[in-house]
Amino acid sequence: MKELSLHILDIAGNSTAADAALVEITVTEAAAANRLTITVKDDGRGMSAEFLAKVRDPFTTTRTTRGVGLGIPLFERAAVSCGGGLDVTSAEGGGTTVTAWFEYDHIDRQPLGDMPSTLTTLISGNPRVDFVYRHSTDGGAFTLDTRQIKGILGDAPIDTPEVIQWLGGYIAEGLGTL
Amino acid sequence: MKSLAELEAIRNKTLGNINMRQDREEGVRIVVGMATCGIAAGARPVLNALVDEVSKRGVKNVIVSQTGCIGMCRLEPIIEVYVPGKEKVTYVKMNPEKAVRVVSEHIVNQQPVLEYTVGEAEQ
Ligand SMILES: Nc1ncnc2c1ncn2[C@@H]1O[C@H](COP(=O)(O)OP(=O)(O)O)[C@@H](O)[C@H]1O
Ligand SMILES: [Mg+2]
Repeated sequence: MKELSLHILDIAGNSTAADAALVEITVTEAAAANRLTITVKDDGRGMSAEFLAKVRDPFTTTRTTRGVGLGIPLFERAAVSCGGGLDVTSAEGGGTTVTAWFEYDHIDRQPLGDMPSTLTTLISGNPRVDFVYRHSTDGGAFTLDTRQIKGILGDAPIDTPEVIQWLGGYIAEGLGTL
Repeated sequence: MKSLAELEAIRNKTLGNINMRQDREEGVRIVVGMATCGIAAGARPVLNALVDEVSKRGVKNVIVSQTGCIGMCRLEPIIEVYVPGKEKVTYVKMNPEKAVRVVSEHIVNQQPVLEYTVGEAEQ
């Protein structure tokens, strides 16, 4: 993957595939502490302890179209190659949390990339799922919560091109102020 | 600065138009494979290009949606076009420029872009 935001899109895709109602994505850029942390937390169906023990292995998948699971192993490899690591906690019926951390200034660390695009892709592809995005830097924080957006929209759908375009601009502006 | 008041204006406009959206069901569907292999190969910009081009040209009755793994990883990004009454057309190794061409030739002018189809790629 060329950008960390693409890993986030992929890992959050596991959450929506696991029937999550709420997916919380947190990006913490602690530049002074030289650490970038990404967390994707969901309330989906979770994994058994036995499955969880082998989920970083690229041959683990419940998909039927391809014999290997790749998303989590790829994300882990990206983190480990930047002096970081990846952790998955999960409970059957109790949701899943994937956390990856990176050395912030590591020469091999990919840029975070286009987070507005990752979020609008997730929201337009899963209009019934709620997403919370929290992004903080040493200088400030930005939060998007689709439950608030849907509250304003009322009966109007969140996945129309007009709303999605507005959201992309809103997120980009919010992140631009950090 | 984008404000939540702008979002309210969009809501009011959408609710005003909602009756015109009823015919959505019978329309054209463009589906983009968004599993790991698709995302790694560039499916996100392809999806964005499709959405932008459809809305820019104001083509009615077209839905761009996402799916998981289509099952041909080495041919990603893959999109499938469903036109009512016609056979599904599968386009492979897409990029944003090719996606724009698919919208103008296949969706608007009803001429599938044969050179991008899976049949051509497999020959
Ligand atoms: N958030 C999640 N909730 C439930 N199951 C998950 C989650 N993330 C991953 N899994 C399980 O782990 C498997 C491997 O995930 P991944 O490495 O992303 O590969 P893939 O999605 O291609 O199968 C998935 O098929 C799924 O069974
Ligand atoms: Mg996956």
